[in-house]
Amino acid sequence: MSGVPVSAYLALALILFCIGLYGALTKKNTIIVLISIELMLNAVNINLITFSKLGMAPAITGQIFAIFVIAVAAAEVAVGIAILLSLYRNRKTVNIDDMNQLKN
Amino acid sequence: MTVSGEFIAFLALALVAIIGGVLLLNLKKVVHMVVALVFTFLSIAGIYVLLSAEFLAVVQILVYSGAISIIMLFGIMLTKHNDEDEGDSKGGGWRKAFLFLGVLAFGAVFYIGIYNLDFGSAPAALHENNPEQIGIELYSKYVIPFELMSVLLLVAFVGAIVLSRNDEKEEADKE
Repeated sequence: MSGVPVSAYLALALILFCIGLYGALTKKNTIIVLISIELMLNAVNINLITFSKLGMAPAITGQIFAIFVIAVAAAEVAVGIAILLSLYRNRKTVNIDDMNQLKN
Repeated sequence: MTVSGEFIAFLALALVAIIGGVLLLNLKKVVHMVVALVFTFLSIAGIYVLLSAEFLAVVQILVYSGAISIIMLFGIMLTKHNDEDEGDSKGGGWRKAFLFLGVLAFGAVFYIGIYNLDFGSAPAALHENNPEQIGIELYSKYVIPFELMSVLLLVAFVGAIVLSRNDEKEEADKE
């Protein structure tokens, strides 16, 4: 039998997701907000792989899905950093409270 | 519950992952936060090995602890404005307190949902020839999404280059 219950993995993923969510909502540096989003995506990947091994119908499909999530996350980080750099060139700030051009 | 080696490994990896996440929230310097996150990503790769996803563990180390952390460090170094990330935003402490309560409530609700979840199904033999299984599945059932993913990556990286390039012609026009 497997030593670790499925709920332990899910609880770990939940804790990491909550840390990422709190960081994304409270941090002021935009790079830290981006990396918190990465942490949330990682928590989702843990869930996918847990269900792919210990779920109701174990299959390799969960791992395939996690690969797609990782690829999309890599693309997202590249575009996010590019937007951040071009924003920094124009506004000279990475503080997320100063990025309010669309507000009024 | 019998204490097996798998359980001890899970506890150690989960502890490192959560400590990395907590350090992300509490450290002062931005570079230190990213380095703390690298530890979290590495221990998540260990968790993947425990869940018999060796190929994904390697991919995790390559993409997250390698590429994404380095890109983040480059982003920090290229935008070195104030490397201290402190001070309260406009809402101040109340906003943080309410957000903390909200996230805590979110976590509590989901924990109630999962805390004694057990499917009782026998785990599949995913660790035998794991890359081979992934390859067969990927190229027999998910060919179209796989190719679409290559197009997405191409578009994203070309877009990233175009966005972050210094447009010398425009700047020359401006001057």
